[in-house]
Amino acid sequence: MSAVHESLSLARPHPDLSGFEKIGWAVLACGVAALIVAAFGWGSSNPKAALLTVFGLTGAGGLWVAVARNGSRTPASQNTGMMKHPATSRGIIGWVLGVVLTAFYIVLYWFPAPLENLVRMVDPLSRFLRGTDADRWFLYGTLYTFGVSVMGIRAIIKYRHSRYQIVRTASIIFFQSVFAFTLPALLRLFNQPEYYFSYFWPLKYQYLFPTEVDHLWNYPGGIGVAFVVYGLFASFILVPVLTYFFGKRWYCSWVCGCGGLANTVGDPWRQLSDKRLKAWKFERWSIHSVLVFIVVTTALLWIDSWSRGAFLGRASYYFARTYGFLVGAVWSGVVGVGFYPLMGTRVWCRFGCPQAAILGILQKYFSRFRITVNGDQCISCGNCSTYCEMGIDVKWYAQRGQNVVRASCVGCGICSTVCPRGVLNLETGPVGTRR
Amino acid sequence: MRVVIIGNGVAGVTTARHLRKRSDCEIVMISGETDYFFSRTALMYIYMGQMTFEQTKPYEDYFWEKNRIRLLRDWVAKIDFQKRTVLFSSGREELSWDRLVLALGSQSNFFGWPGQDLEGVQGLYSYQDLERMERNTEGIRRAVVLGGGLIGVEMAEMLLSRGISVTYLVRESGFSRHFLPAEESAMVSRHLRKHGVDLRLETELKEILPGAEGRVGSVVTSRGEEIPCDFVGITVGVHPNIDLVKDTDLETERGILVDEFLRTSIPDVYACGDCAQVRNPRPGRRPVEPLWYTGKLMGPVVAENILGGRREYDPGIWFNSARFFDIEYQVYGEIRPALPEERESLYWEAPGGERSIRIEFDKETGRVHGFNLMGIRYRQEVCHHWIREGASIGTVLENLGAANFDPEFFPQYEEEVVRLYNEKHPEAPVRLRRRRSFLNAFSVLTGVGR
Repeated sequence: MSAVHESLSLARPHPDLSGFEKIGWAVLACGVAALIVAAFGWGSSNPKAALLTVFGLTGAGGLWVAVARNGSRTPASQNTGMMKHPATSRGIIGWVLGVVLTAFYIVLYWFPAPLENLVRMVDPLSRFLRGTDADRWFLYGTLYTFGVSVMGIRAIIKYRHSRYQIVRTASIIFFQSVFAFTLPALLRLFNQPEYYFSYFWPLKYQYLFPTEVDHLWNYPGGIGVAFVVYGLFASFILVPVLTYFFGKRWYCSWVCGCGGLANTVGDPWRQLSDKRLKAWKFERWSIHSVLVFIVVTTALLWIDSWSRGAFLGRASYYFARTYGFLVGAVWSGVVGVGFYPLMGTRVWCRFGCPQAAILGILQKYFSRFRITVNGDQCISCGNCSTYCEMGIDVKWYAQRGQNVVRASCVGCGICSTVCPRGVLNLETGPVGTRR
Repeated sequence: MRVVIIGNGVAGVTTARHLRKRSDCEIVMISGETDYFFSRTALMYIYMGQMTFEQTKPYEDYFWEKNRIRLLRDWVAKIDFQKRTVLFSSGREELSWDRLVLALGSQSNFFGWPGQDLEGVQGLYSYQDLERMERNTEGIRRAVVLGGGLIGVEMAEMLLSRGISVTYLVRESGFSRHFLPAEESAMVSRHLRKHGVDLRLETELKEILPGAEGRVGSVVTSRGEEIPCDFVGITVGVHPNIDLVKDTDLETERGILVDEFLRTSIPDVYACGDCAQVRNPRPGRRPVEPLWYTGKLMGPVVAENILGGRREYDPGIWFNSARFFDIEYQVYGEIRPALPEERESLYWEAPGGERSIRIEFDKETGRVHGFNLMGIRYRQEVCHHWIREGASIGTVLENLGAANFDPEFFPQYEEEVVRLYNEKHPEAPVRLRRRRSFLNAFSVLTGVGR
């Protein structure tokens, strides 16, 4: 009768975790262990060795995992298992990571003593780049830039089938490592005021506060004057002009470090954003409230400065201090990043960032940008909405063949990348053709 | 007026939505499958852990109450067309209707193979099928999938995502040859094999043999091979799900027969979606078209006619889409798997063999009839515009960039397509005038700049 023929199929035996990938996780774990050892003294006693070991092992381990995991997966299977894995679906690992990240931010902002040994660990790098000892903010910037770079390479591997994602992620890594890390450090090295060219008022609110403007304006050498002029130019000319042509994305997902962190380190959690109509309603109130708050605060500070305190007393000072605590620290840091593994990656960008609020208003009313829907091809599968980090219910538009014109859209392009039918595309054209 | 819709799939839901848009009538939608409308096309993503069931709902739960569409979770046991009522299998009180919409969907085909009732043998259509597949594939290692269509590919992808090996039996000499031309079919076959699928063409299922505990143990093929397996996926098409109305006064054939207004043989009863069989389909169209897009196109017609309108069902120019693992597939207009004598087909394939563009046109007049895209996205509006207007191959190629819908920075192949055409037709060379840009698509559609 019939001969028995075994299947010739070549399914991967353990699609979740290959032996090759496990090695990467082991190396990464060693890196984290080295970080803990460094935090308990090694960072101070032998900073160079600790620095090289910690960043070498975590970097190598992270990249190894990225190559083993995302590199072995095909374009269509990159998100397989996302909603079941305990790290990416608010499972136990997600909660642990959320608590650890949140705790890190609380320590960083208000109880920095435990970080002392790690700060000393980055002294060699700080002396090399800035000619001075490190402080905790330099440690934070180093970790931040390192995270964006390593996880950025992971994002490029994950989305390697999309040139848009490759170019965009490379841009994020560039702006973070050069404009938000190296350049400010070098300015300091040459005794110039530390200035971040990739952040403007109102996200970097101090740049238009009277004290900072005074400080820059009167900085010996005169370069500070140029910075003040650049800051005004960026906030009031660059932002509206570029947003008109390209939409909000030129900033939020090509330049900004907050968006950069979300799209690299935060990429594994982008699907956790709240898509409900309720969340959208809350978002519109909260983000515009923050915008009003910072505009009022800035105005009060200037009135105060001009009237030499005679007019409002110390009211503006309290405003500025409250904003710095509530918005600058609690929201953008502790909640914004700490809650990545629980609320998705753009909590700050979506609900809090006043820069995003301005860009959003410009995008909604004065921009050539839209996400186009290709005819009636949508099958309502929901991949676009699920993987939208801004919580936009993209399929609501797609299934009715309506272009997406939303203030919150940061143009990351993932909806177009994950759509199994090629229905969505980021496009620019005359404002009136956006439908 | 109370409209009762049986079935909460895309056809029933689209009908309900359009009824509500235009009127204040009472709408009741009945389903035994799920409480809420979900996207049937997304079942595979739930299995693969890419989305949760919740995320496959096209509308948030508040939507139904807000739009006063009453949802009833129950199986309908019987329809009384005389008394105009619906009876439920749960024993719930019968429900009367003034207008009835049958959106009953499909059932998987089973062709009476020996052993097809064994545990571990199933199709994939409903949410219950998905739950069954979840149970049937727990901890197993080997599966056989049958049938060279779109659901089969999805099933293969689902199984491989869990490390289950897949032997894929296809009757035809090439994959999806009933709608794909030879080159595209070969491309998909190569791609499936690259993904580790053990694809066996020109192979049919003979019988399914039991293993331990009444479960499937192996399949025997038409080539006399016995392939051990723990699961058999049957994806050899679907047929209208009309058991509910089979022995009633309602006229049925393969599906529920409907006229051009989607009315059935009984007054005030309509049918739409997979279960409907159009009596006189438009030229080139089939009477039963079990597609997501068909349901979406029929819904508004039913709604309008229930409300006293007289709108004919016009499916328009054919289009469809799918994905074979990583290769996206789009088709607009007529693409014949076997090219008729009077037609010519311009087929360009990218190096690497995973992207292609095909344009089918008349040899004599040059009139373009269809586009077939693999791994490249083209605009539906622009392609349909050309087909509708009877644009010639020359016009289409000159403006080809206007159809390109790939994301920014993606490579563009229009020049190569035009070059290929010119090599074949040196007597009338074409020059590409429009490269990809939103403005170009817009100007083709509005006629500006022509």
